Amino acid sequence: MRDKFNTSFYATELEARQAIASISKRLRASGLDRNRADEVEIALAEAINNVVEHAYALTEPGTIRILSNLRREHLDIRICDTGAPLPQNRLPQGLAANVSVAREDLPEGGFGWFLIRELTSDIRYDRCGLINHLSLRFDFPPVEAG
Amino acid sequence: MSLTSTVSDNARIVTVNAERIDAAMAIQFKEDMRVETENGPDHVILDLSSVAFIDSSGLGAIVAVMKQLDDHRRLDLAGLTPMVEKVFRLTRMDTVFNLFASLDDAKAAISV
Repeated sequence: MRDKFNTSFYATELEARQAIASISKRLRASGLDRNRADEVEIALAEAINNVVEHAYALTEPGTIRILSNLRREHLDIRICDTGAPLPQNRLPQGLAANVSVAREDLPEGGFGWFLIRELTSDIRYDRCGLINHLSLRFDFPPVEAG
Repeated sequence: MSLTSTVSDNARIVTVNAERIDAAMAIQFKEDMRVETENGPDHVILDLSSVAFIDSSGLGAIVAVMKQLDDHRRLDLAGLTPMVEKVFRLTRMDTVFNLFASLDDAKAAISV
């Protein structure tokens, strides 16, 4: 299981949808376990949607570039954009939203970073000049012999 | 987007005829659901069996749909596929909604 590729697309909701689906499809075709592929797709979608909705919120949407490196032991995905940096140049905490509340107080958002943190093994953010780099690592459990 | 709606067994059943409920369609989904559930039976069942993928915007839209209903009305979810079920479980929204494996199960729970 080894596949390295990159792709770029315009930061709109529709292009994001297509990119998320096609990257996930390629990873599945390369042999990524179905359950892990589901988790990767969920986290990848949240990370890409954040760029579309926040990084390019106040400017014309630019390009999002994805670098994917699938290996036997892990998958690395790097998401690069030229939008605004994350607030305070750092990753949000991504705490779980409290759902033990009255119906009218239930949260309708704020799940994104929580999902990314739950589903990744490691996550790193770097601002280099005018470029955001978000690196997501997904470790795979060792395959048992036999 | 594509919703179909029927009334049976004292419930409004709304079927989502789309593979993804995501950021690109969350607002439209919320609005279409408001129209579909404006009146009719107190119970609403959302059939998600065709939906393979949901993101946090889609999840938020389903929560919003429930909050749009009057307090005595109820929104149940049926036919969750593995990725959709995972998002509900991770965010603990599985404790907020009644989730049913199939539409038949959801209808049976209402008619009891």
